[in-house]
Amino acid sequence: MSAMPPLLAVEGLTKSYGGIHAVRGVSFSLRAGEILALIGPNGAGKSTCFDMLNGQNKPDSGHVRLLGEEITGRKPREVWRLGVGRTFQITATFATMTVRENVQVALISHGKQLFNPFGSAPKFDRGEAGRLLELVGMGGYADRPCGELAYGDLKRLELAVALANQPKLLLMDEPTAGMAPRERVDLMRLTASIAREKSIGVLFTEHDMDVVFEHADRILVLNRGTLIAEGSPAEVRGNAQVQAVYLGEGLVYDARHREGAST
Amino acid sequence: MRARNYFVGAAFALMAGGMAHSAVAQDIKIGEINSYSLLPAFTEPYRKGWQLAVEEVNAAGGINGKKLVVISKDDGGKPADAQTAANELVSSEGVAMLAGTFLSNIGLAVSDFANQKKVFFLAAEPLTDAITWSKGNKYTFRLRPSNYMQAAMLVEAAAKLPAKRWATIAPNYEYGQSAVAVFKKLMSEKRPDIQWVDEQWPPQGKIDAGPVVQAVAAANPEAILNVTFGADLVKLVREGNTRGLFKGREVVSFLTGEPEYLDPLKDETPEGWIVTGYPWYSIKTPEHDAFLKAYQAKYNDYPRLGSIVGYQTIKAAAAILAKAGSTDPEKLIAAAEGISMPSPFGEITFRKIDHQSTLGAYVGKTALKDGKGVMVDSSYKKGADYLPSDAEVAKLRPKD
Amino acid sequence: MAFYVVQFLTGLASAASLFLVASGLSIIFGVTRIVNFAHGAFYMIGAYIAFTLTERLSGAFGFWGSIVLAALAVAVIGVIVEMVLLRRIYHAPELFQLLATFGLTLMVEDLVVLIWGPDDLVGRRAPGFRGAIDFFGQNIPSYDLFLIVLGPVVLGILWLLFQRTRWGVLVRAATQDRDMVAALGVNQKWLFTSVFAVGVFLAALGGALQIPRDAVHHAMDLRIIVEVFVVVVIGGLGSITGAFVAAVLVSELNAFGILIFPKISIILVFLVMAVVLIVRPWGLFGKPEAAARKTPGLTVNPWRPLTSNERLMALAALAVAASLPLFAGNYLLTVGSEIAIFVIFAVSLHFLMSVGGLASFGHAAYFGLGAYGVAFLAKMAGLPMIVCLLLGPLLGCMGAAVFGFFAVQLSGVYFAMLTLAFAQIVWSIAFQWVSVTGGDNGILGIWPEKWAASPSHFYWLSLGVAALVTIALRMMVFSPFGYALRATRDSLLRSEAVGINAKRIQWTAFVIAGTTAGIGGALFAYLKGSVFPDNLGISLSVDALVMVLLGGVETVSGAVIGAIVYKALNIWLVSQTDLSKLVLGGFIMLIVVVFPKGIVGMLEMLAQRRRKSSPPGSPLLAKPIESAE
Repeated sequence: MSAMPPLLAVEGLTKSYGGIHAVRGVSFSLRAGEILALIGPNGAGKSTCFDMLNGQNKPDSGHVRLLGEEITGRKPREVWRLGVGRTFQITATFATMTVRENVQVALISHGKQLFNPFGSAPKFDRGEAGRLLELVGMGGYADRPCGELAYGDLKRLELAVALANQPKLLLMDEPTAGMAPRERVDLMRLTASIAREKSIGVLFTEHDMDVVFEHADRILVLNRGTLIAEGSPAEVRGNAQVQAVYLGEGLVYDARHREGAST
Repeated sequence: MRARNYFVGAAFALMAGGMAHSAVAQDIKIGEINSYSLLPAFTEPYRKGWQLAVEEVNAAGGINGKKLVVISKDDGGKPADAQTAANELVSSEGVAMLAGTFLSNIGLAVSDFANQKKVFFLAAEPLTDAITWSKGNKYTFRLRPSNYMQAAMLVEAAAKLPAKRWATIAPNYEYGQSAVAVFKKLMSEKRPDIQWVDEQWPPQGKIDAGPVVQAVAAANPEAILNVTFGADLVKLVREGNTRGLFKGREVVSFLTGEPEYLDPLKDETPEGWIVTGYPWYSIKTPEHDAFLKAYQAKYNDYPRLGSIVGYQTIKAAAAILAKAGSTDPEKLIAAAEGISMPSPFGEITFRKIDHQSTLGAYVGKTALKDGKGVMVDSSYKKGADYLPSDAEVAKLRPKD
Repeated sequence: MAFYVVQFLTGLASAASLFLVASGLSIIFGVTRIVNFAHGAFYMIGAYIAFTLTERLSGAFGFWGSIVLAALAVAVIGVIVEMVLLRRIYHAPELFQLLATFGLTLMVEDLVVLIWGPDDLVGRRAPGFRGAIDFFGQNIPSYDLFLIVLGPVVLGILWLLFQRTRWGVLVRAATQDRDMVAALGVNQKWLFTSVFAVGVFLAALGGALQIPRDAVHHAMDLRIIVEVFVVVVIGGLGSITGAFVAAVLVSELNAFGILIFPKISIILVFLVMAVVLIVRPWGLFGKPEAAARKTPGLTVNPWRPLTSNERLMALAALAVAASLPLFAGNYLLTVGSEIAIFVIFAVSLHFLMSVGGLASFGHAAYFGLGAYGVAFLAKMAGLPMIVCLLLGPLLGCMGAAVFGFFAVQLSGVYFAMLTLAFAQIVWSIAFQWVSVTGGDNGILGIWPEKWAASPSHFYWLSLGVAALVTIALRMMVFSPFGYALRATRDSLLRSEAVGINAKRIQWTAFVIAGTTAGIGGALFAYLKGSVFPDNLGISLSVDALVMVLLGGVETVSGAVIGAIVYKALNIWLVSQTDLSKLVLGGFIMLIVVVFPKGIVGMLEMLAQRRRKSSPPGSPLLAKPIESAE
């Protein structure tokens, strides 16, 4: 097993906008089945970092490798085909389609039927779509128009969509933002159990420290574009530099302040 | 797809609309089509002209005792809509013949329709030579002097000018292109010494007159041929006057003497242009006097060229219908070929060889009088004198 | 040398009037996101009112006072239009405002003839600016110099207005992010109204200032509106500086272009726009559009295939339509064929626009290419009708493949304008290449063969093809491809994140829609027996848009109803009255206000309400309307 490259290996990732370093020399790796959290104060570069992993954004330098294969700078759709699912900080779903149809689109893409103009899409992998929705607890919402869903439900739908191509790696950008505390716990618990069961690696960013410390196997701390700490929850909690960063922002990071902004 | 029910509803509405127009069975109906909504400036006087003619025909006992009825449709300036209208007139209204149209492409579309459906068509205003020559057909006749005829009339005067360096300004579509082509050809035949130093092709209706005038002036021609008309002509004349383009240069211009185009120019009318047109104020013939009197009495307005064309279209149609004594298209054609009749411009004939009427036009010079544009030194040019020889025409026209 | 300087100045003078009108359009679009089709109409009314006033008020003060007064009067009209009409429909689907302003334009074109008469009107020259100034032997009209100065002055005033006043700051903020301004507690209503008033004022001023050099007539609006749109897009939507630079660019290219290619004017602006959009997708000074936020309260009924009951009813309706020849005469059958052909045309655009979210302003290009395809095959190659009908649409297909490739790289209004540019380029080729296309005199004598010649046979043929096309496209909506296409419409970000090559999906849809339109065009050529450049002209493209919007852009089958209602009404009105534009325009505006979701959209909403309120035992009530889907 030791010859097997890590699921995700990031090396010296760097990106700057007009002289401002958004991300500088970030390196880390992620094993299959591992849940890794990427945290840091606002503007630390988490989203930029995230976007470079699945090709939404091009790094100035550095490498991203998936199971040893170079995926740096590849298009998001190509990265997805290699088995990387992702959810967005502000949910991106197909608003005029029903919940089931949202999942079916991903399944159609996974089955390489995108250019099939004749088959019946409503019947396409209906069973599989139903199973995925059940899995994330959205079974009862399958026929609801996506545009009517509450924000928390959209997040769960995104998870179902991200799982449609049986990914090896899940990238989740603030998966619980905008959800009630109760829902956050449920969603992360669900994610964790799916990840462990299917041996999916999960990388997520998160503002809610309770969620982070409860579910992450490992934590990366990003500040002003550089990694300042990495380790188990306990190690990170005890890290003086991390405390300084968060203390500088106010002793306890108030997770709810993000909520107001995004709803 | 229950949509179809709406369709049926619409269909009934259409039928009902059709019926409202239907006239009594013994009437003789002419279906008339023109661009009333697109070109009201030209089609309003035209409509007045034919309405006067209808009145006169019926006052004189109709056509062999039957009342003449004209059913008029708007084509919105679109050939496809003109065909829909033609179809309605022929299929629903059962008209004896089609008449009218202004734009060349619409004239051609209706002419092709007439040929296909075997309906008699009297084209009123379209100028294109194609309608009687290259795309001529046995069902189509045309009243107004064609592009070629007007060019030939102008060339006669233009060839006498000393100018050797000529420039042309014409709208960039078939009418403008063929007007320039015919003028150049006829002119070069008479005057091999002529040089064509510049040509400008502004889009019809969208002339950017400043740069065009400037460009023509830069080529320093001694004379200019103009084919633009309407709003384009206004802009061209205004820019040309301001920039001194016409100073010391001869200008020969198609149609500019027609009141439709000359009157809007008001005090900006350029003087001394050689033009074709209709100087209604200076024509002193009994035929024209009678027309003028009747027209002014009915409308309290002076006639434009369109009035003459509209009036004579219906007069010609009536004469053909009366001579044929039938509404059968073949008999109408037989009656129309070679028929002669009076007109406000004197006697005219519809030629057998190409179905062109010999209606002529006035050629004269523009002048300013009391702040208005007029035509002076004008003389009537008979259409018959400005057509190519029969042998040439036979070559131009496809065999039926 | 002096000549080139003067030619340059002449170009600048042309640019000034173009800029005035374009800047107004740009401001309105930037803030309200309204594609104001009526902008040209306001320009025209400005010229008419100024004409009337300058004829009555004398002297220099009278003249210049009249110009300003006319612009102010039209601005007041604009405010009324905004408050009475547009305010009601800001929340309607995108482009619905275009439909409303289109209706308004139609009405105005007839109204000015009713009020001012049909003749071209030539107004006074500006006092003090009658003559020309000698420049090394070349004459420059002094009025041109006035306009050359006026352009930058207006630009400067607008700049000050936007940079130095609170109102200007709000306008700029709203141009960037409408929702934010609403969140700041600004009275959005009055901001929109005032912006509309300023925009209309500028248009009317541009029109009024034409009096000394142009003729005032009822087609002025169409002459300028397209050109102004092009200038705004080249400059970048919402950018005043961009509008200025683009106006200068276009005018100068024209001024010098005609020296080398005298026939270039007809196509120049569209060539420039196509090149600019391909190289710089957001225009010269534009910024990428922020991802469009869905208008709140605009949840769409989920689309679903017909139930078997509804399918039966659709078949029954088709059977009723097919029985028309049993009781209708030849004229009605020919009108029926025309309507069926326009159903094909409308559903093809609907597929692109509603399913794909790509509103094409130049869809007639592919309809017309199909028609020309048939004309070439029938007249030049002399092929039999059935072969022409099968192969003719391929020309539409090829055109769509080439132009679609470039067009789908863009989105929103930029996509729309690039399709318009391509359509105009195709149109001008058909218009100019006389030796092949016959120019504007078209190609004649393309009549159906004997088996299809009788009106009833041709009607069945058209109806059959229309039914097949509608069914095929409808099935495609519910195919995997259809889902993928809808996915790209709803969220580009998400579709790329689930492995969809959005551009290629959209390109495919463009080709499908273009080919389908070509099928309609091929039939149209045989219906009319001829093809003309206006088969691919702007007004036909606008007709298609109107049909789709009228039916309801958010429905699956709105286009069918929209095409039937619009076309039938249009044919009927043109046959009944010379004022068809007035009535049709009024009808369109009424529909827009009463049925902001389109005819079918409204029926669906009613059906849904009824279903909710009625006891479960009586679903039959809702069924018939639902089946209109």
